[in-house]
Amino acid sequence: MPRRGRTLTIVALLALLAAVPPLAALAGQPFYLDLFRRVMIFAIAALSLNFILGYGGMVSFGHAAYLGIGAYAVGILAYHGVHDGFAQFALAIGASALVALVIGAISIRTSGLYFIMITLAFTQMLFYLGISLEEYGGDDGMRLAGRSVFAGLLDLRDPMPFYYFVFAILVACLYLVHRLVNSRFGMVLRASKSNEGRTRSIGFSPYPYRLAAFVIAGAMCGVAGALFVNQTAYLTPAFMSWTRSGEIMFMVILGGMSTLIGPVLGAAGLLLLEDLLQGWTEHWQIILGPILVLVVLFAKRGLAGLLPGGGRDE
Amino acid sequence: MNLVLLLEQALNGLQLGVMLFLMAAGLTLVFGIMNLVNLAHGSLYMVGAYLSVALFGLTGSYLLAVPLALLGTLAVGMIVELVALRTLYERDHLDQVLATFGLILFFNELVAILWGRAALYTTLPAWLTGQIEIVSGLNYPAYRAAIIAVGLAVALGLWYLVARTRLGMLIRAGASNRTMVAALGVNIRLLYTVVFGFGAALAGLAGLMAGPLYTVQPGMGEDILIEVFVVIVIGGIGSIRGALAGALIVGMVDTLGRAFLKPILGTVLSPTAAEAAGPALASMLIYLLMAAVLAVRPAGLFPARG
Amino acid sequence: MSETLLAVEDLYKAFGALKATDHVTLEVRAGETHAIIGPNGAGKTTLISQLSGTLRPDSGRIRFGGEDITRLSAPARSHKGLARSFQITSIYRDFSALDNVALAVQAHAGHSFRFWRDARGDARLRDPARAILDEVGLGARAGVLAANLAHGEQRQLEVAMVLATRPRLMLLDEPVAGMGVEESQRMVQFLARFKGRQTIVLVEHDMDAVFSLADRISVLVYGRVIATGTPAEIRANPEVRNAYLGEEA
Repeated sequence: MPRRGRTLTIVALLALLAAVPPLAALAGQPFYLDLFRRVMIFAIAALSLNFILGYGGMVSFGHAAYLGIGAYAVGILAYHGVHDGFAQFALAIGASALVALVIGAISIRTSGLYFIMITLAFTQMLFYLGISLEEYGGDDGMRLAGRSVFAGLLDLRDPMPFYYFVFAILVACLYLVHRLVNSRFGMVLRASKSNEGRTRSIGFSPYPYRLAAFVIAGAMCGVAGALFVNQTAYLTPAFMSWTRSGEIMFMVILGGMSTLIGPVLGAAGLLLLEDLLQGWTEHWQIILGPILVLVVLFAKRGLAGLLPGGGRDE
Repeated sequence: MNLVLLLEQALNGLQLGVMLFLMAAGLTLVFGIMNLVNLAHGSLYMVGAYLSVALFGLTGSYLLAVPLALLGTLAVGMIVELVALRTLYERDHLDQVLATFGLILFFNELVAILWGRAALYTTLPAWLTGQIEIVSGLNYPAYRAAIIAVGLAVALGLWYLVARTRLGMLIRAGASNRTMVAALGVNIRLLYTVVFGFGAALAGLAGLMAGPLYTVQPGMGEDILIEVFVVIVIGGIGSIRGALAGALIVGMVDTLGRAFLKPILGTVLSPTAAEAAGPALASMLIYLLMAAVLAVRPAGLFPARG
Repeated sequence: MSETLLAVEDLYKAFGALKATDHVTLEVRAGETHAIIGPNGAGKTTLISQLSGTLRPDSGRIRFGGEDITRLSAPARSHKGLARSFQITSIYRDFSALDNVALAVQAHAGHSFRFWRDARGDARLRDPARAILDEVGLGARAGVLAANLAHGEQRQLEVAMVLATRPRLMLLDEPVAGMGVEESQRMVQFLARFKGRQTIVLVEHDMDAVFSLADRISVLVYGRVIATGTPAEIRANPEVRNAYLGEEA
C-alpha cells in the first residue's frame, strides 16, 4: 500500500516537527526552535515551488521574488505602524499573487530555457527595486519595526506560539497542495507537464491553468516571506537575491520533485546541512557546491525516495 | 541636453555593450551547440578578472598578464567541461541550472579562500590611464576606448571564425545537426571542449577588462550574468547575431537610462519624486525592455532556429 | 451521398523551398472513412497537423461543419469535434490507462478550474472513461501505467482518448504503425465497427488496412493530391499506379 505508507511517513514527520519545541526546551537548546521554524518556513516556500515545478513543469528560477514581496509587505506596513497580522498577511498574499500574475502572464508564453531566464531576470528586477527603496533601507535593509500581532489570537513575538503558527500554516499548505494536485485542475496541470501536445489536442489550453497555478504558488510563497521576515526581524533585498531562488529550487530537488513531502525534507536537509557545514568551516560553500552537483548527477529521486511510500505520485 | 555628455554616455553604453557581448557570445554558443545552460559562465568572468590581477602583480607586465590570464581561463573552462559539465549535456535544463549553480558556490568560495572576500584593488599600466580627445570638448578615458576597440575587434573576428572557417562550419553544423557532424567523423567531444574553452576565454576577457572599472570580488560574475541572460533573451537564444544586437541594445538602454532618466523625470515630476523614482526605474529598465520584447516576439529578435 | 463535414480548400504550406502541402483541396463527407495515402515524405502528417491545428498553413482554408476553422487553435478545434491521434504514440506515459482516458473525458466536461474535489474519485469522469477502455478492449488494463502497456495497447489507448472527446471527426495518423500482424488486424476490425456512424480521416501505410477500411481514398504525392476516389477507382488509376502503387509492386 504505497499510498498508506506515504500518509504514514508524512504524519510521522509532522509529529517530529510538532515535538521540536518541547524537546528543545527539555534539552535547553532554544536554538533548535529557531532552526526548525526556519526549516518549516522554507518548506512552505519549497512546497509552493514544487507545485509549479514538480507538478506543473514550470522551472521558475525566480521564486525568491515572492518571498521578498511577502517580507516587504509585512515590513513596510510595520514601518508605517500597522502591526495587525491579518492586514499584513492579506497584503503579503495579495501583492505576491498580483506580481506572480504579471510575471507569469509574460513568462508562461515562453518555455524551456527562456522561461528559466525570464523568471530569473524578473526577480533580479525586483531585487534592484528593493535596493532602490531608500525609504525602506535600500541596499542595507532595515530592522522590522515589530513582529506581526494577530489581535486576541496570537503574538509572533512569543517564540513558541510563533513556532506552532508556522507549523499550522505548513500543515495547511501541505493539505492544500495535496487537494490541488489531485483535483481536476491539478490533473490538467500535470497532464500539461507530461505531454503538452496531447493535452492541447484533447482540448485543453494549458496557459490559463499554468497561470493560475503560478499565481497560487506565488501567493503561498508570499506567506512564507511574511513568516520569514518575522523570523529574521530584519528586512533586506537579499531575500530576493537569485541565490535564494537557487536554494529553494535545490530544496525541491534534494527532497524529491513531484512528491508532496519532498520539499519539507529538502528544506530540512539543506538547512541542517548548511548548519552542520557552517560549524566546521567558514568556507562551507566550497563543500556545499560540489555536494549540490553530486545530488543532481546521482540522486535525482531525492530524500523522499529513501522513505517508505515516499516515491512520486502515480 | 548637453550633446557632449550624451556622446560620452553613448560611448559608455557601447563599452558596456561590447563587454556584455563577449559574455553573451560564449554563453549562447554553448547553448546553441551543446544545449547547455551554464550559470557558471559568470564564474569564468570572475576567474579571468582575478587571474589578470594576480598575474599582473606577479609579472609586473600588463601585456604579459593579459594573455596568460586568457590562457588560464581557457584552461579552467576546459577542465570544468571535462570534469563536470560533460555529463550534463544529455540532462534537462533543470539539472543543468542546479549543477552549475553548485559550481558557482564552489568558485566564489574558492576565490574567497585564495584572495579573501574583500574587493581587490586593481591597477592599470600608465599608458592606459590617460584620456584621449574624441571630439573637441570630450576627453574620453583611454581604457574605456580600448575596451570598445577590443570588443569590436573580437566581434569581427568571431564573425569571421563562424562564417568563414572550418571550425566555424562545424560550429554552425553542430548547432543544427549533431548527428550529422558526428557522421562526418569529427570528434564531437573534442569540438565541445574546444568551444567551451573558447567561450570561457571570451568570458575571461570580459572579466579581466571589467576588473579596473568595477569591483573585483567573489560573486562579481553573477550580476553581469543575469544581464547577459537579458541580452540573450532579447537577442534570441543560440544566435550570435542576436547576442550582438541584444548586447548593444541592453548596454545602451542601461547606461543612458542611469544617466538621463532622473533628469528627464525631473522635467515632469517634482524633484523629490524624480530623485526617488529615477534610479529605481533606471535599474529596472532593461528588464522592462525584455518584457516588452517578449510580449511582441517570444523567441527574441533573432530566433536561431525556425 | 451525404453532406461534406470537412472541406479543405487550396491549402498551402512550405518549409523553405519544400512545398509540404501544395494547394491541397479535399472533401470529407459525413460518415465516411477517408484514407490519405502516399509515399514517405508526401506530406501526410503535415496535412493532418494543419487539420488538427498544430501547424498553421501559409494560405488556404479549412472548413469544418460549414465553419471556417483555419485560424482556430488545436484545443478550440477539439471542442468543435476534431480529434487526432499521432503517428508516434502520444499518451501520458506517467499516468494510468484510466487516467489517460479520464483526462480526455474531463477536457470535454466543462472547465477544469475545479480545485478541491478528487478527480480520480469523480464518477462523472471515471465511468465514461472505463466504458471506453472496455470498448477498445483495454478494460482489464485500466490501472496499468501507460508506459508499461505493450506498444499495441498504447496505440489502442490513444484511440480510446480520441473517442473519449466524442469527436465528429477522427484524424488517425497511422493507427497500426509498428503493430504486429495480429494486433493490426484487431485494430482494423475495431475501426471497421465505426464505419457509417463515425467520420474518419485515416492516414496509413498499411495497404491492407486502407483497402479494407476506406470508403474513399486520396493519394498525396509531393504535397499534391493526384487522385481521389473509391478503392476500386484508385486501384485502377494509372497515374496512381505509376506514382505510388507501382513502386510497391
